[in-house]
Amino acid sequence: MNARRLRRRLVNGMMTALVGALSFVAVLALVLILGHLVAKGASSLDWSFFTKNPVPTGETGGGVAHAIVGSGIIVGLAALIGLPIGIGTGLYLAEYGSGRLGWVVRFVADVLNGTPSIVVGIFVWTWLVRPMGHFSAFAGSVALAILMVPMIARTTEELVRLVPHSLREAALALGYPRWRTSLRIVARTALAGILTGCLVAVARIAGETAPLLFTALGNVNFNTHIGEPMEALSLQIFQYATGPFDEWHRLAWASALVLMGLVLVLAILARWVLRSRHGAAR
Amino acid sequence: MAPPADGRVRLETQRLTALYGRRAAVKDVSILFPTHTVTAVIGPSGCGKSTFLRCLNRMHELAEGGWVTGKVLLDGEDIYDRDVDPIQLRRRVGMVFQRPTPFPTMTIYDNVAAGLRVNGRRPRAQLDAAVETALRRAALWDEVKDRLRHSALALSGGQQQRLCVARALAPEPEVLLLDEPTASLDPTGTQRIEELCHELKARYTIVIVTHNLQQAARISDYTAFFYLGDLIELGRTEQLFTKPTKEQTEAYITGRFG
Repeated sequence: MNARRLRRRLVNGMMTALVGALSFVAVLALVLILGHLVAKGASSLDWSFFTKNPVPTGETGGGVAHAIVGSGIIVGLAALIGLPIGIGTGLYLAEYGSGRLGWVVRFVADVLNGTPSIVVGIFVWTWLVRPMGHFSAFAGSVALAILMVPMIARTTEELVRLVPHSLREAALALGYPRWRTSLRIVARTALAGILTGCLVAVARIAGETAPLLFTALGNVNFNTHIGEPMEALSLQIFQYATGPFDEWHRLAWASALVLMGLVLVLAILARWVLRSRHGAAR
Repeated sequence: MAPPADGRVRLETQRLTALYGRRAAVKDVSILFPTHTVTAVIGPSGCGKSTFLRCLNRMHELAEGGWVTGKVLLDGEDIYDRDVDPIQLRRRVGMVFQRPTPFPTMTIYDNVAAGLRVNGRRPRAQLDAAVETALRRAALWDEVKDRLRHSALALSGGQQQRLCVARALAPEPEVLLLDEPTASLDPTGTQRIEELCHELKARYTIVIVTHNLQQAARISDYTAFFYLGDLIELGRTEQLFTKPTKEQTEAYITGRFG
């Protein structure tokens, strides 16, 4: 009897230690990446890094303001296109998607979710960049939006499904039309979760490089015109990191740190939204 | 089935049959609901009493495969008539469910106002007055008047259920349907809801589905006993509970089955 208890304790202890160690490895990856980025990039972060544009090769100094602003515009526009479509699709799937069409949409979303992002980039190049005749930030935003839509649609669907059926019934019994029930009661109740899903999706695409290679292309100059090629942090990291100059490498590390910081801020924001909105009125 | 006829009739079902696909859950039921009375619908689980209730505000047709035959007359007009809008109808026939269902994202005030707002904009003062009236009628006003802007989830279960009653009353319905409204409440909460029924029948016509026979006996004027989708017996409550005419009714109310 005692031997058995001992064995149980031993196995329990070992298993706990094992999952603990595995979790540690998972967290370690993030800590190492962040630590490395800070070590390599933090020293280059100064005011001019954020406010100045690149200087000609060979000179030192200059910043990546053009890439920071570019990333903001490209990702912002992608969110503007992708969020309504994604949320709408998710709502449709959850509320009306029990039929054949729902099945098809769900399947397409899942396939799209697994599509390599570079394929999406090529697709947008074929259908948008080539007909327009030139690269543009807009095309980049479309590529990123295509990546966002299935992510957001599926999270939205799952979260809307979590809303108890009794709430729907209560609204309908009050004389709410079905669409209004979906929007005012169901979507509103799931809102915190949906917002979190959106922030996670934005964070996910903010660092995408491949879909921008053939679409937004990149730009050494400061540009806010979405019809023209635009620099993004991820593109700029790719270019500078693979380039031959030490000055470029230095800026690439710093840009990577900034990008990582942005993603981290979005992730924290997502957490915060979920917690502060959950169950609270208004 | 002989209707318990006295006074004006607010609601009436004529040979109402409710189906899920091809399976009938309520069979050929005809009942009169006189104005300003409480009618209790009793019967064992799965006897179709909830389905029957949901036919009275056309909620049944929202269920998978749900459809009906027969008529339901509200003030003499068939609610299943082609030109009756179910959404408009549900504003005339309020409903309260088994579990409290306050809208979690809304304040107490907004919960009560929800049914009014969906019916079009109205001046603030008018809305305030309607919310207060509804909360007073649901005997909740004194408890919440100082925290109308707080989340409805902060209320206790019994208060939440009375909030749902207030929400159902705010649009001034003619009929109030209660689907086992005290099933999830403690004795105090149950008592308050039962007292409410007494007060509310002065203004509304109430149909209440209940598992609790004592409750039916306490609060209703008429009782309908359902079994396996059939209306077995309908009569004045004291008569049905003391001198039931059908053997099945007697067996059920004396606790021999169900």
